[in-house]
Amino acid sequence: MISPALVLVQTLNGVQFGMMLFLFAAGLTLVLGIMNLVNLAHGSIYMIGAFLAATFSAWTGSFILGLLLALPAIFLVAVAVEIIVLRALYQRSHLDQVLATFGIILLLNELVRMIWGSSGLYVAMPGFLAGDVTLFSGILYPTYRLAVIALGLIVAAGLYWVIAWTRLGMLIRAGASNREMVEAIGVDIRLLFTVVFGLGAMLAAFAGGLAGPILSVDTGMGDSVLILALVVIVIGGIGSIRGTFVAALVIGVVDTIGRAFLPGLFALFLSRPFADAIGPACGSMLIYIVMAVVLFFRPQGLFPARNG
Amino acid sequence: MRTRIVMLAAVAALVAALPAPSRAADTLKIGFIGTFSGPSAVLPQNLYDGFMLGVDQVGGKLGGLKTEISKNDVQFKPDIAHQVAERLVKSDHVDIVTGILFSNIMMAAYDTIVDSHTILIGSNAGPSPIAGKDCSPYFFSTSWQNDQPHAAVGKFVQEQGVKRVFLVASNYRAGQDALAGFKSQYKGEIVGELYPALGQQDYSAEIAQIAASKADATYAFIAGSPAVNFVRQYADAGLMKRKPLYSAFMIYEVTLPQLGDVALGTRSAASWTPDLDNPQNRAFVAAFRQKYHYMPSLYAAQGYDSARLIDAAIHQIHGKIADKQALIAALDKADFQSVRGAFRYNSNHFPIQNFYGTEIEKDKSGMLYVHDKGLILRDYADSYAHLCPMK
Repeated sequence: MISPALVLVQTLNGVQFGMMLFLFAAGLTLVLGIMNLVNLAHGSIYMIGAFLAATFSAWTGSFILGLLLALPAIFLVAVAVEIIVLRALYQRSHLDQVLATFGIILLLNELVRMIWGSSGLYVAMPGFLAGDVTLFSGILYPTYRLAVIALGLIVAAGLYWVIAWTRLGMLIRAGASNREMVEAIGVDIRLLFTVVFGLGAMLAAFAGGLAGPILSVDTGMGDSVLILALVVIVIGGIGSIRGTFVAALVIGVVDTIGRAFLPGLFALFLSRPFADAIGPACGSMLIYIVMAVVLFFRPQGLFPARNG
Repeated sequence: MRTRIVMLAAVAALVAALPAPSRAADTLKIGFIGTFSGPSAVLPQNLYDGFMLGVDQVGGKLGGLKTEISKNDVQFKPDIAHQVAERLVKSDHVDIVTGILFSNIMMAAYDTIVDSHTILIGSNAGPSPIAGKDCSPYFFSTSWQNDQPHAAVGKFVQEQGVKRVFLVASNYRAGQDALAGFKSQYKGEIVGELYPALGQQDYSAEIAQIAASKADATYAFIAGSPAVNFVRQYADAGLMKRKPLYSAFMIYEVTLPQLGDVALGTRSAASWTPDLDNPQNRAFVAAFRQKYHYMPSLYAAQGYDSARLIDAAIHQIHGKIADKQALIAALDKADFQSVRGAFRYNSNHFPIQNFYGTEIEKDKSGMLYVHDKGLILRDYADSYAHLCPMK
């Protein structure tokens, strides 16, 4: 059952999943690292981004145009949320932030349901990305998923450039390493926070928009991603884009490969019904085991922000 | 302050001591338990709409009695379902409870309701204990036992001459039961069996394995909203033609608008389809579409049948619902025109009914619908009735 071709396809699936996780988690890690804010509502931003992209795509008839229109729209939504709710929370304890942003999740989930209904939206696959690509000798892979991998790489490169080579990136790195000092030097930290929050929201919305043609766009779609993203930023090191990128890929591949091959592996030495029962359970546990191992050896995560 | 509290307490005590408002004997109180909020709210609303159509068609008087219906939202939470059931039977004193769609809600509310000798009309969920050893004279199902639709698909796949099949089901009790039900009727080779996590969004890993397998067809039971994801990803992987998709409760009136043409040609089995050819069904579908402007689903049909069943039974006993035994006997006769055609009760108060193969087709107006592909199982009874002590 386990052929090299299947391993390759599953690895690609894992990389594609990792790219989505990276886009989602990048904003989360920046907000937590720089603003010291636990923002559980990041999943809701992702969801709203997906809904906006789906709606704009339907209006314009173009998937790409819809996706591009959703980005400035979500920036405005995010800035509004930041100014109205989050600014009051920066000085509060993490528990208060968790409670408040959890409240935002409930509010936004229900709001989205009131606006778009509870049955979810359908986003058509853009025509030129539909279908499959032949990788080599009869191994097919969906074009759209390859495109997601490519876009993820492009965004990662762009983010790297912004963070490593621009003044904004310098401030972001500085903010992640020592927030008080940045403030003391005289940088308008409020403006920086708003920009970072908006930027993170746009990345999440981009991920949400990309997810549209693969996953159904419905309320609560951000909740399951959020948990995985928290695992990713903990492994990667809070505040570190590089760490998030590596950790997202690791989690994406480990999770996919684990789910795909563990049941079969267990079946080699366990009875079939038993393997069927514990295989999927262990497969979904695997990423948490990875997290535990990483934290045991590197409690700060793989690339702690303080070291760059 | 203190005196005010004492006064309030006294008022409360007085109010509590008031005799319950005496109810006119010709009123029927129905408690409708549903999941009306959250992402799972679509199907219960279907069921409710179907039920209310049945109530409205008799002028709001089921069995000639003025009918009061309380709509109770229990979200997707068994603990809330339990509390609501307690309130309905112990403080609201309803005559009939109905509406429950999900098995976990049913299991949480079932004991409370039937132990209080209140009639419970199960309009969707049919977990095996209720059909078997925990059956109750106070319970009647207008749907099916949970294994049955899956067994019917198994039989359908068998009859289509499919030699090798790949099975996928969400990893929870109903998913495992679904595949067991399928296997009870399918005799070909099962080349693979996967249990992705409940609520999983992306099925690329599972679909890659199906693509690499020797299966001629796939049978899937993915619960909840991710069902749409599975079907679309299955189609995107180019498998619809190579390995036809058979499924249960994934592709129907509610998900068809989201799926679009992707769903064309996919197959399943059901005890009801919108084009099932009998006069009462044609009338039901037309009336439903006129009232609610969407296609009725299986859930709507079962809700409608629940209302029709109650109406017929109460008419039969001339509205004397205080006589529970007479009401039970009348319900057991199921003397109503079901939109499914033939419908009668087994000893465990689950229907004995036909199951049909279905395929998604396009009608003349270009709308997708669940098409009846012909009878698969005639007068099919569930396999738990012999465990039920009722005779």
